[in-house]
Amino acid sequence: MRLAIHHLLEGGTPEGSAIDAFLRNRSFPLIEGDRATFVFHGNADAVNLRHWIYGLESAQPFLRVPGTDFWYLVHELPPGSRVEYKIEVIRGDRHEWIRDPFNPNTAQDPFGANSVAQGVGYCRPDWTLPDPEARRGRFEDIWLSDTPLGGSRRVTVYLPARYRPGRRYRLLVVHDGGDYVHYAALKEVLDNLIHRLEVAPVIAALSHPGDRLVEYPGDPRHTAFIAEHLVPELERRYPLMPQPSARCLMGASFGAVASLATAWRYPGRFGRLLLQSGSFAFTDIGHHKRGPAFDRVVEFVNAFRDAPGRPSEQVYLSCGMYESLIYENRSLVPLLQTTGMAVRYEWVRDGHNWENWRDRLQSGLSWLFPGPLWMVYE
Amino acid sequence: MTLGVLLGPQRLRPTIDAELGRWGIPGPLATITAGWQEREAEDDELQEFLGHRCVNLRLHARSDHVYREDPEFFEAHRAKQDVLRALQDLYRRRLAHALDAAREVSEIAAPEHLVEQERDAAIQALRLVDEQHLSRTRAVQQEFEQTHRLTGRPAIERHYRELRTVLGECYALLIAGGHVASLLNRMRLFQFDSLLSSLPRPLPIFAWSAGAMAITDRVVLFHDSPPQGPGNAEILGAGLGLLPGLVVLPHARRRLELDDPGRVSLFARRFSPARCVTLDPGERVAWDGRRFTVGPGIECLMPSGQVEPLIEDWSPEQEEATP
Repeated sequence: MRLAIHHLLEGGTPEGSAIDAFLRNRSFPLIEGDRATFVFHGNADAVNLRHWIYGLESAQPFLRVPGTDFWYLVHELPPGSRVEYKIEVIRGDRHEWIRDPFNPNTAQDPFGANSVAQGVGYCRPDWTLPDPEARRGRFEDIWLSDTPLGGSRRVTVYLPARYRPGRRYRLLVVHDGGDYVHYAALKEVLDNLIHRLEVAPVIAALSHPGDRLVEYPGDPRHTAFIAEHLVPELERRYPLMPQPSARCLMGASFGAVASLATAWRYPGRFGRLLLQSGSFAFTDIGHHKRGPAFDRVVEFVNAFRDAPGRPSEQVYLSCGMYESLIYENRSLVPLLQTTGMAVRYEWVRDGHNWENWRDRLQSGLSWLFPGPLWMVYE
Repeated sequence: MTLGVLLGPQRLRPTIDAELGRWGIPGPLATITAGWQEREAEDDELQEFLGHRCVNLRLHARSDHVYREDPEFFEAHRAKQDVLRALQDLYRRRLAHALDAAREVSEIAAPEHLVEQERDAAIQALRLVDEQHLSRTRAVQQEFEQTHRLTGRPAIERHYRELRTVLGECYALLIAGGHVASLLNRMRLFQFDSLLSSLPRPLPIFAWSAGAMAITDRVVLFHDSPPQGPGNAEILGAGLGLLPGLVVLPHARRRLELDDPGRVSLFARRFSPARCVTLDPGERVAWDGRRFTVGPGIECLMPSGQVEPLIEDWSPEQEEATP
């Protein structure tokens, strides 16, 4: 395929006006088939694309068009891909990571924001956006005192639209609930999917961790907090269905580890698990190479792999193909299947980020807690 | 029943007022909104639209009252529902295989006459799975009604008498959509089939969406691409059977892939000789006790795989009984 950038450059060094016209009439990165053309316009000694695609060099150099301050990079971007990136601009000793000034698409996360390249066919799902027709649920905070984690803990409770104390609801426990709300549009997603009858009305408990790297990887204090303190307290305060199939633990990254660890330590208590890009690092022999934060993760996952038992009934697992954890997640699937649990696994062309986790919520939640769509004909 | 009118969804494009006008129905009007479950009393929009002529029968609230007053009956009802859920799950598993077989046979590259023969056999097998499920769910319901004698229970009897009085004072019965199983359960609890036939004069019925499904012979649940599953249409059970020979498909254009001839053909042949008709917003089909007449827009899923407009009136007796 002959790309637009090639047309621009085919006659040699383009005039400044030609570069301006090229930039003015297009949005970037310019997606043509499975190629994405990234551009940078400005003085620099070097420019790199900084992305989080596992398996590729994390810094991809731009080419400077000789005699100009115009830089470009053509990179493969398979259809359906969603890639978060920044542009590294190097001037002397100064390395600056910036969002792409030509790209309005950004994604927020707890560390700031990245630019987003969207491959052909990727479209933000409409159910992640506020829908004026969807009735809105509401949040209320509760505090749990004397928790095994020490001191008291705040938990934000999502009550669905038309919440009625006389009804009984399923429970969704969300690790890093605040981040899911801020970066993965969890409230809009729940409001919309419940409104569309795709997900059963749920009460969601959004946890706010202390030091998640300590609490989440199989820490018995955390699992006790969830199973022995949080859930009984929620059952005391709210009309929750008592059966395990009506209880789901959910989390991403270390939060997925925390979810699996809690279900594993309390088998039969949580009938549904939603695990996104779980940090399920393990070793078959020797020591892992992921850094000290993973020591206890590996300890837990190895123990789980030795004796998985049957921690839950139904597990939804997702992971991005562009993240390093794809290997660990793919390895986990057959093991989960041997436990007799129903397992659904989804892998997508995305990375380890909140918008990937947001985009998977429909398929995960509607499978774990299907709504009455099948029965309702308004 | 002398008049039954089935309408498409009313929420965004209401036609019920025009339909009542067409048939010269004055007020008051008995309404069932039990498909809205706990929200059944939130019928302000409907009331306003119809000039506050509606008398909501509040079947959902009445059923709650019955369950509170008669805990033994409530327990029996719950147990019956558990059995029906288990049956539905078992049926769903058999159905998935039967449907896979019918679809797979259609895609095999082989001489057409051989494929057709096997496709027929696969559809017959599928129909058998459906018939057995229908028969089993019907038997569970009948046994429940006989064992627990709905007519002899004071908690139900009182509501039955009240409902009969209200219906006797109304000029039509309106049945709104919503949760079809919930709606059907409430109508069965208060024995609407015998209740309606016991009235001194026949009551015209106007029903839409789930309400329309509930009063046909068989309630077929359908959606070709639900987010959580394979989208295999399934029979929930028998409907009240007030309108014969129809499978109604509210929101058909949204819920079904009508441009997929393979899916359309399988659907039509599976439920033949019943006519599988779309019931989208603005559409209508009326039954006068002998014949159906249709309004513009109504389409029928054909064994050929096409979806064709229904333009002629028909009588179920004329239908051929071949799949």
